[in-house]
Amino acid sequence: MKETVLHKKHIALDAKMAEFAGYDMPIVYSSITEEHQKVRESCGLFDVSHMGEITIKGDEATQCVDYLFTNDVLSMSGKEVLYGMMCYEDGGVVDDLLVYKFHNKHYLLVVNASNVDKDFEWITKQNTFHCTVTNESNYYSQLALQGPKAEGILQKLTQFDLNLIEFFHFENVLLDNRIYMVSRTGYTGEDGFEIYGTHQEIVALWDKLLDIGNDDILPVGLGARDTLRFEVNLPLYGNELSQSITPLEAGYHFAVKLDAEPFIGRDVLKKQKETKTKRRIVGLELLDKGIIRHGYDVYHEDTLVGFVTTGYKSPSTGKTVALAMVDRPYDKLGTKLEVNVRNKRKKVVVIKKKFYNKNYKK
Amino acid sequence: MSKIKKGYYYTNTHEWVKVEDGFAYIGISDYAQENLGEIVFVELPDEEMVIEAGSELGAIESVKAASDILSPITGTIVMVNDELEDNPELLNEDPYENWIVKVDMEDNSELSELLSPDEYEDICDE
Repeated sequence: MKETVLHKKHIALDAKMAEFAGYDMPIVYSSITEEHQKVRESCGLFDVSHMGEITIKGDEATQCVDYLFTNDVLSMSGKEVLYGMMCYEDGGVVDDLLVYKFHNKHYLLVVNASNVDKDFEWITKQNTFHCTVTNESNYYSQLALQGPKAEGILQKLTQFDLNLIEFFHFENVLLDNRIYMVSRTGYTGEDGFEIYGTHQEIVALWDKLLDIGNDDILPVGLGARDTLRFEVNLPLYGNELSQSITPLEAGYHFAVKLDAEPFIGRDVLKKQKETKTKRRIVGLELLDKGIIRHGYDVYHEDTLVGFVTTGYKSPSTGKTVALAMVDRPYDKLGTKLEVNVRNKRKKVVVIKKKFYNKNYKK
Repeated sequence: MSKIKKGYYYTNTHEWVKVEDGFAYIGISDYAQENLGEIVFVELPDEEMVIEAGSELGAIESVKAASDILSPITGTIVMVNDELEDNPELLNEDPYENWIVKVDMEDNSELSELLSPDEYEDICDE
């Protein structure tokens, strides 16, 4: 199994470790709920070094990325970040990712750890733009610093005014005398940063941030990373998005620019928008007792009408809720459905899928 | 290091049995609750249900996952600890005090097939 550069730190912190995307990763240090609340109320530090980094360079790099990516790359300014997907011809999703633009001839794609090899192969196959595509995943490590106190803590390490980094933008920042790439992005629904550096730099910064953050910061594992992103309806590849789920079915219209330049999968998605998707992801709230989880079947009377993509007892609200892919017309708010929980039918109702409001600094 | 209490019988799936006044009480071990993490729901069986050794008795849901509770013995459930329905975290706080079901055992000799505290400790150390 692969290890991130911070593996020894996780062991020393007595984290519960488990395999994720081929890496031995920290799932929880103290308690998922405690770590979750710390991010909502103060600050959490995540090792996300397992994420993949692929660069695309060349005279036609902008056209290349735009052709691969559902969001509008031509509209990007320098040092901007965009979220979106890479799709197959049929509209299914190769991966969801962040695109960082350095300039017209240089982009960085940050992709899911479990998809790095598949993505690299896909990009290389589609590269009719004479670009240089490089998988740099082994050269970068990455931290996510998330929560309302993230900026204050990071500011202690630099003279650079972090206020100047706008939402979904990045800068090279001198932190504690080393240069890191810092973007105001994250996957928790809170304000915060994602910080990229070489392996050694990231180890140094991990220690420094925990030290300087003192009581305001906790290391946070993948357990709480999942509950945090779930509550604010950010998708996880393999759950809300997959090769057999299109971004429109999943409801992420904001990341799909159908009227901009063509991209792979656009024609199918355009048609899907015109004729309406046959199914879509909705929120469910459990009316009976229990927990609904990823993969459970959803029924309307005796008809199978969908499946749960992610479900938890939401740490922020205490309610048992889920995201589920449900056939129309069972997707309407207030519709009473049932979920098969460990061979027992439990009552659920369709609700809005934003279980918790995002708290971005925009 | 998780606690293993004397006077209890254990299973290699981390349940315990304690016999008191002729009835068997079933719960989960400290090792089990520690590894599950925060318990957010306990699915309890119905009273008067007949259970067999090794069969599913109910389930424990932690934040992350669901795990079966397997019955260590055969018998009839005479009482369910329904306090766990509203306060599942009691299993984290004191897994030996908070039993899950009380059972009228069919065959007391089944107890001899369960693990002693010492044998169970070896399993937890592995």
